[in-house]
Amino acid sequence: MPMRKVMKGNEAAAWAAKLAKPKVVAAFPITPSTLVPEKISEFVADGEMDAEFIKVESEHSAISACVGASAAGVRTFTATASQGLALMHEILFIAAGMRLPIVMAIGNRALSAPINIWNDWQDTISERDTGWIQFYAENNQEALDLILIAFKVAEDERVLLPAMVGFDAFILTHTVEPVEIPDQEVVDEFLGEYVPKHAYLDPARPITQGALGFPAHYMEARYTVWEAMENARKVIKEVFDEFEKKFGRRYHMIEEYKTDDAEIILLTMGSLAGTLKEFVDKKREEGVKIGAAKMTVYRPFPIEEIKALAKKTKVLAILEKDISFGIGGAVFADTSRALINEKEKPIVLDFILGLGGRDVTFENLEEVVEISKKALEGEKVEEVNWIGLRKEIL
Amino acid sequence: MAESPFKADIERVQKEYSEKMTPGAIVYIPGSSVVNKTGGWRVFMPKFNKDKCVRCFLCYTFCPEPAIYLDEESYPVFDYDYCKGCGICANECPTKAIEMVREFK
Repeated sequence: MPMRKVMKGNEAAAWAAKLAKPKVVAAFPITPSTLVPEKISEFVADGEMDAEFIKVESEHSAISACVGASAAGVRTFTATASQGLALMHEILFIAAGMRLPIVMAIGNRALSAPINIWNDWQDTISERDTGWIQFYAENNQEALDLILIAFKVAEDERVLLPAMVGFDAFILTHTVEPVEIPDQEVVDEFLGEYVPKHAYLDPARPITQGALGFPAHYMEARYTVWEAMENARKVIKEVFDEFEKKFGRRYHMIEEYKTDDAEIILLTMGSLAGTLKEFVDKKREEGVKIGAAKMTVYRPFPIEEIKALAKKTKVLAILEKDISFGIGGAVFADTSRALINEKEKPIVLDFILGLGGRDVTFENLEEVVEISKKALEGEKVEEVNWIGLRKEIL
Repeated sequence: MAESPFKADIERVQKEYSEKMTPGAIVYIPGSSVVNKTGGWRVFMPKFNKDKCVRCFLCYTFCPEPAIYLDEESYPVFDYDYCKGCGICANECPTKAIEMVREFK
């Protein structure tokens, strides 16, 4: 029987790692994801988990050890956040380029300067071009589930790419929620043992990994990463189906909430989706035709799902906790890319909010709806709007 | 000119390596390091003057690549596929039999 336990998001991630049975975990503690390696080292010390826990002196070493372990041919897990993820940056490309299915849990946190340990998505959004698959969890249960899903997708022979699962700093990492822990046997059945066919060490089969790629080969090598990411779209959906059969919980590339007759759809990722659903209920009672959508998978970007979502609405408002300086939000830029060649497209508006842990309140969301309504009525509004900005101190 | 002792390996690996891109650009055939020709970014190349050579082997000994072989008569043979043009051979040569000249393509 699945066990229900009350736990923090970090613990849920550690439990997911325990259930997935990685052979190597290398991690460096960083706020807010410190508890993940702490809990895993506890599991290992108590003999509940048969893994090599490598203590490293930085995140750069943590991911490097993971690349080494994965290249040797075992299931590998790590966890980090913010500046730690930024320190891993160069190795993230290597992990993807070498097609190593490492899975990483990330407590999404703002980047310096100024130093800020609270939640936004700037860390993972900044790594969107590394070739890692990206999932965003709405609650602690999703953090656990998506890590299991990430292993399954990453290790699929058609994909073989590393995957990261983001869950919002403090909002999820340190918030206690009931989480259903699936049975080990069912997880074993779902994941199976990782048997690498391409990258493993065997003295009888000498290979070179991470070799020099001359101009004659480099472009083809990078294309295979692109191709793998394209394959991942299909594989993720298959894994979502299989996950539902095994565990009874359904995931979508983009999860929709009351969108069928909506004139305004608010699209977001991560824990903010929970707030949005409440807000949509409230506005529906007031008679506003509004819906919410949550992007669970950000890389590969769900282009088809965005197109389908855009057909349902007149205004697509994107609420994001990140900023790509010089253009606006990253999700906004990607959504625009998905819709650019569509004949009929909604007005797409970008709302930057909740940076560095600022609370996203119903008042903020009211402001979003006000601006969206103005755009709907044909008034000219800014495409990129900063919501909850304290203009008086500027 | 003496033939590279790796000729057979090079041909075999070259064929297999160029035919199929593997996941992660992994090279499954041992010996691939001899296939990647590293002499491509050279600016200066060693020019050898056989008349001045005393066959002391210093160039052969010091070449860090090593891109210098000895032929049957123990004269050095430069393998320009791997010579990076560092000039150590010219620097070590006691009789100035090796001169570094700018290379044009």
